[in-house]
Amino acid sequence: MILKIIAIILALAIIFMALLAVLNKKLIVSIIAAGAVSLFASVFYLLLAAPDVAMTEAAIGSGLSTIIFFYVLNKIKKDRLENV
Amino acid sequence: MFKKVFIFIVLIGFALILVESYNFTGSGEELNEIATRYAEKGPDEVGAANLVGAVLVTYRGLDTLGEVAILFLAASIIGFFLKVKLEEEKVPRKVRKTSEILETASKIITPVIFLFGIYVFLNGHLTPGGGFQGGAIIASGLVLMLLANPIKKVNHSIISIVESISGFAFVFLGILGIFLASGFLDNSFIGLGDFGKLLSAGAIPIIYIFIGLKVGSELSGIVSNLQETQKEEI
Repeated sequence: MILKIIAIILALAIIFMALLAVLNKKLIVSIIAAGAVSLFASVFYLLLAAPDVAMTEAAIGSGLSTIIFFYVLNKIKKDRLENV
Repeated sequence: MFKKVFIFIVLIGFALILVESYNFTGSGEELNEIATRYAEKGPDEVGAANLVGAVLVTYRGLDTLGEVAILFLAASIIGFFLKVKLEEEKVPRKVRKTSEILETASKIITPVIFLFGIYVFLNGHLTPGGGFQGGAIIASGLVLMLLANPIKKVNHSIISIVESISGFAFVFLGILGIFLASGFLDNSFIGLGDFGKLLSAGAIPIIYIFIGLKVGSELSGIVSNLQETQKEEI
């Protein structure tokens, strides 16, 4: 029962973060929200008895890809400013 | 107008697919044929306590090889495009000073993260985890190190040497399985050992060590390439 309640809360949080990532105007907020989607999804995988997938999702989805998005965002921002 | 109708039709189709799959997964009580085969014969044939690891390295080892190859392709393409940019500018870049808390904490935490990554891929055949997860954890340790100390240069020759040696060793162990055991990436040519011990499951721990080193060095290469070509302003 308690697991079901946690799962429902996690699902609502994932949907909220995904909508935030799509609808927000600031790219930085979108990147952080996309990372949060991965973080909640990894906890969800743990609840669904898939710890291997949860570890991959936590390390790659919410850790590395968020950092890589930030690096790329910083890079294209500076390039755009120089070209204008 | 047409665009909105099109998006609406696509969303409706997606919803139909999701409803279908919801009905499909209604009976998740029993395993299907292949899964039953793996679950029943897996411990005897492969000897790995972590059945997911047994499937990933032995039964579906070719898929893992494909994934590693795709990751290598992505890493080398990113390195190729960023390196061209790097040659143009020899000026040392200026960086914002990092906070003292991050700097001190990273000195303590980074070795622990590296150690945890090594633990994850060394115990991939016993506990949840494996080469991919361990490699990703090692690369995130490197991210912390680079965040705390942005001027730090990562030695790319070491990364590429480790990466090519481990990729070669992975394929070599797979081919060794053809000659000494029953097929490509068969792990039983070393001897399965006691079920559940660290030295068990034949070649799976060795293959996982090489997968972990390969994935870790590839992801570290991507991150450090991106980090070196950043242009920051104070």
